Amino acid sequence: MLEIKNLHASVDGKEILRGINLTVNAGEVHAIMGPNGAGKSTLSNVLAGRDGYEITQGEVIYKGENLLDFEPEERAQRGVFLAFQYPVEIPGVSNIYLLKAALNAVRKYQGLDELDAIDFLTLVRSKMELVKMDEQFLHRSVNEGFSGGEKKRNEILQMALLEPSLAILDETDSGLDIDALKIVSEGVNALRSQERSIIMITHYQRLLDYIVPDFVHVLSKGQIVKSGDKELAKELEKTGYSWVDEQPEGVSA
Amino acid sequence: MAEQKQQIEEFVPKEYSAGFITDIEADSLPAGLSEDIVRQISQIKGEPEFLLEWRLQAYRHWLTMATPEWAHVHYPEINYQDISYYSAPKKKTDGPKSLDEVDPELLRTYEKLGVPLDERARLAGVAVDAVFDSVSVANTFQDKLAEQGILFMPFSKAVHEHPELIKQYLGSVVPYKDNYYAALNSAVFSDGSFVYIPKGVRCPMELSTYFRINAANTGQFERTLIIADDDSYVSYLEGCTAPMRDENQLHAAVVELVAMDRAQIKYSTVQNWYPGDENGKGGIYNFVTKRAACRGESSKVSWTQVETGSAITWKYPSVVLQGDNSVGEFYSVAVTNNMQQADTGTKMIHLGKNTSSTVISKGISAGRSQNAYRGLVRVGPNADNARNYTECDSLLMGDKSAAHTFPYIEVKNPTAKVEHEASTSKISEDQLFYCKQRGLDLEDAVSMIVNGFCKQVIRELPMEFAVEAQNLLGLSLEGSVG
Repeated sequence: MLEIKNLHASVDGKEILRGINLTVNAGEVHAIMGPNGAGKSTLSNVLAGRDGYEITQGEVIYKGENLLDFEPEERAQRGVFLAFQYPVEIPGVSNIYLLKAALNAVRKYQGLDELDAIDFLTLVRSKMELVKMDEQFLHRSVNEGFSGGEKKRNEILQMALLEPSLAILDETDSGLDIDALKIVSEGVNALRSQERSIIMITHYQRLLDYIVPDFVHVLSKGQIVKSGDKELAKELEKTGYSWVDEQPEGVSA
Repeated sequence: MAEQKQQIEEFVPKEYSAGFITDIEADSLPAGLSEDIVRQISQIKGEPEFLLEWRLQAYRHWLTMATPEWAHVHYPEINYQDISYYSAPKKKTDGPKSLDEVDPELLRTYEKLGVPLDERARLAGVAVDAVFDSVSVANTFQDKLAEQGILFMPFSKAVHEHPELIKQYLGSVVPYKDNYYAALNSAVFSDGSFVYIPKGVRCPMELSTYFRINAANTGQFERTLIIADDDSYVSYLEGCTAPMRDENQLHAAVVELVAMDRAQIKYSTVQNWYPGDENGKGGIYNFVTKRAACRGESSKVSWTQVETGSAITWKYPSVVLQGDNSVGEFYSVAVTNNMQQADTGTKMIHLGKNTSSTVISKGISAGRSQNAYRGLVRVGPNADNARNYTECDSLLMGDKSAAHTFPYIEVKNPTAKVEHEASTSKISEDQLFYCKQRGLDLEDAVSMIVNGFCKQVIRELPMEFAVEAQNLLGLSLEGSVG
């Protein structure tokens, strides 16, 4: 599904990612953990194609194509989905309008007809149950006046609707109380499948109690310094990240 | 970020789809302005003496006036002697009686613009008056409207058929002394639309006028007069386009609305005059005076405008709230791109008791354009319990455009409640990236965000117009984001 090879990326001339190597197969859930400033959000932004990052070395192969060649919308249409850490408010644009435009953009790329209003509403209602969202959310402006939990549930709703091949969840647990965390996690778990890969980016181990990953990687100073299974996350929980930063540069387990 | 910014700053010349020229023979007066020209216009139209006198008074007054310079717009001085004040497609005498008599070339022009004049065509439900340069060339559904006593006809025809109404109302809302361009218009206006809705009649269809400037070096000076008698209702739409020409063309219209007791007038404009090219060459100078008088008690006037065209727009559709309990509304979207300049807003003049007004203004500036909102809310000493709510929001695209807000508030009655809210925001890269990450391309994302920003105004437009306006918004900003 996804193969990241020796990826280096800079912002304003400062190197943030310094040789990331990561392979994610279909159906796998990978957690990427690390202290603040390790490059976690940079990695998700680079994969989604956000402007302002310069790729200085390396490549990212997604479904056999060089992902970095594509515009953000082309990546999205090909099934790359980013659940934002800070979902953006778009005043005056109803949630249902954005959802429909997004779904139809993806369907158009897939050579499918646009869904009409009735079919779309039926579909979106079934997906809303997954994240326990009320129908009134459809008619409110995108993320405007949403609580932190509502915003994150809205992200998962979009993911459920768009059915991506590769979903990147950027700090999806941040700002959630325990009830919201449960709802969001149940939504994500329901979306796990053999055809879908998920990369979870998080600072805390807490999320991994609810969405149990197949692999855990520790990112530090722009490199993956340790990889393991879910036990690695528990170990981190006990020891914190301080030992990570003490590792000599360029070492990976 | 750097790349995105560059995209926003890049300017691709946008396609102005209404920019074609119709090859048609025209009768034009030579360029220049004098008493003689004013007399000739009046003579061509076979006008009654009172109207000629009125024109001449206006002309003489205009000579004493100076060009207004307070607006936040800049342009070289206009030489009024270089303009032709009258141009009409060559035609049989007296104007067309039916569509069969309209030059097929003209019908094709309106067809191209998406305004089919064929009454049997799909526009069922909208009666159209088409004004080409200085004259009305087609006017549909007149018979059907006449059954209910509704008058909807070219202004020049109304002068002949209903001189008493013209005499009574012309200049009663916008006197010729009102301002420089109103005086000029009063002297040389050539045609326009006239509407009268009798007492108790709810006009069964949208009335629409479509203005088209075609001839080169010609000014367009139309005059619209709408009178809604007691307990009547009318919704009126106005659209405008012009060919792409390198010279600037002057458009100085006057619109007067009169609402009697409990009457309601809804006036919607989609203005898409040629804005000039990306370097500011050519385009229409749109210097327009629009004003409504809510004369009767509990009368109501709503102005809704979507302004995307013109090199320079100078326009303040206003409402004078004379009748007690009368209501004035102004909903506006003004888009400027490239080198366009707009100074637009409204005046709400509260004179009667318990009068209320709402102003919602959305300005969008892209390119190197200048977009100003200028609004006056005045509450007179007798206007007890007057209320006004004003909201003006500006959206900036790129970092070379500018938005300005000039609110004027004059309150002479202590019971008044006046609220003013203003905001300025930039279309953010975060919003664009969010939409793109969901699969939308840049143009669609911008169009969606802009339409969301304008939603409060767009939803006031009649359905057919709302769709046109939304497309126009997308089109006007095309290229402003790469």
